[in-house]
Amino acid sequence: MSALEKPKFAMYWAASCGGCEISVLNINEKILDVDANFEVVFWPVAMDAKYKDVEALPDKSILLTLFNGGIRNEENEEIAHLLRRKSQLLVAFGSCACEGCIPGLANLSSKEQIIDTAYNTLTTINPNHIRPEYNFQMPEGNIQIPVFYPVLKTLDQVVPVDYYMPGCPPESHQIASVVDLVIKVLHGEASLPPAGATIGAGESTVCDDCPRARNVKTITKFHRIQDLEIIDPDLCLLEQGIPCNGPATRNGCGALCPIAGAQCIGCYGPADGVQDYGARLITAFGSVISSNDPKEIEAILDGIPDPTGQFYRFNLAGSLLRASKAAWKSNGNA
Amino acid sequence: MSETFEPVIIGFTCNWCSYRAADLAGTARIKYPPNVRLIRLMCSGRLDPTFVMKAFANGADGVMITGCHPGECHYIEQNYKALRRYLLLRRVLAQMGIEPGRIKLVWASAAEGVRLAQEITTFVEDVRALGPLEWPDWKHKNGHHKTVESIALQEVTA
Repeated sequence: MSALEKPKFAMYWAASCGGCEISVLNINEKILDVDANFEVVFWPVAMDAKYKDVEALPDKSILLTLFNGGIRNEENEEIAHLLRRKSQLLVAFGSCACEGCIPGLANLSSKEQIIDTAYNTLTTINPNHIRPEYNFQMPEGNIQIPVFYPVLKTLDQVVPVDYYMPGCPPESHQIASVVDLVIKVLHGEASLPPAGATIGAGESTVCDDCPRARNVKTITKFHRIQDLEIIDPDLCLLEQGIPCNGPATRNGCGALCPIAGAQCIGCYGPADGVQDYGARLITAFGSVISSNDPKEIEAILDGIPDPTGQFYRFNLAGSLLRASKAAWKSNGNA
Repeated sequence: MSETFEPVIIGFTCNWCSYRAADLAGTARIKYPPNVRLIRLMCSGRLDPTFVMKAFANGADGVMITGCHPGECHYIEQNYKALRRYLLLRRVLAQMGIEPGRIKLVWASAAEGVRLAQEITTFVEDVRALGPLEWPDWKHKNGHHKTVESIALQEVTA
């Protein structure tokens, strides 16, 4: 197979941190298989290519595009549409593209609050209160920057997506197994999973993979993990009053955090059958609080100072409500 | 707005108490505003907070959850779970900008038709005073993409 005949591969980052790219490179020598089987046509973090190069490609000419990052601004959305048009398989890669992830937490704040935080806090020197302007007249001509949306969207909220690969970032061994599968499909040795499937992850919850002992939970106080002097290494963290998101979170990571002694924060997103991730956790946490007295329950709940941050850390943009009223009311509903 | 705002309220009722209280209100010809759309569950403990999120996301202005009085749950203690979930849910909704006054938990036994009708009347007025919620009708799929989409797909192919 000559280089020209190899199927084309692309990877793009929208509103994301770059961790997904690192996770792809962490598949180590498997990256050579990617290179042997694919021609990389567009991957801004790894190679030089321009948007116009992608535009010049025939439609559907890229076999596989891994798209990470949420849709934060006009540019993200434009490239999402472009890559959808040029790709046969578009994968929402990583938590940001699947469900908004940490950038999606900005959906709790208004556009003005976000801009203020970025341009005018104590740690920013900006005495003239300069703010970005979408159109700016320079002597050399007019400069435009992409419009910042009030609400961050997930990839499938702007274009149809073929597969979802969750995780923040997706674990490298999961990426390696997906790469293996795709290569097998190319050689006619395997078939693709059904459209819309979640790939590179399990179907159940992190609790199913967690080796910690589970009993009947009776919680009388929630603790922040750093406030505890002793954490039982073998007992369920939620049982010890540590708010662990394992009960609603998709497995696939191998329960890395609870094994290491830290609570699951939910980066693999909702498990199969969970429509609203946070709602599922409200159900779970509500079940295990050991009190029937409203005042006492409220006092126990005070142990979770930021419930939305706890229950929607990765999933706010992908949740049923998507964004707070402050966010969607700010400057129109883009 | 020239016309009076009529809030849309979703009421989740328990098969063993409040649903029958609503029934009793009907047979006794006790009137309550038609703003509330009652949905019968087997127990207030069946109330998945997802239902409440979905109600607000799809245009409800208020949600009422009703169940058996403490200690009287047909399934022993599930109404206590409903209570805890309600208290936690209210905190999350407040952070999302949904006023705590838009969600209410009411205990009503099967004999309390009058009381339930009164609670509904009060709640409708409270929500009316808060005004329309008008949560955006997000143009694309609601909720978790994959689940909703695959269900829709199954319906089409079936």
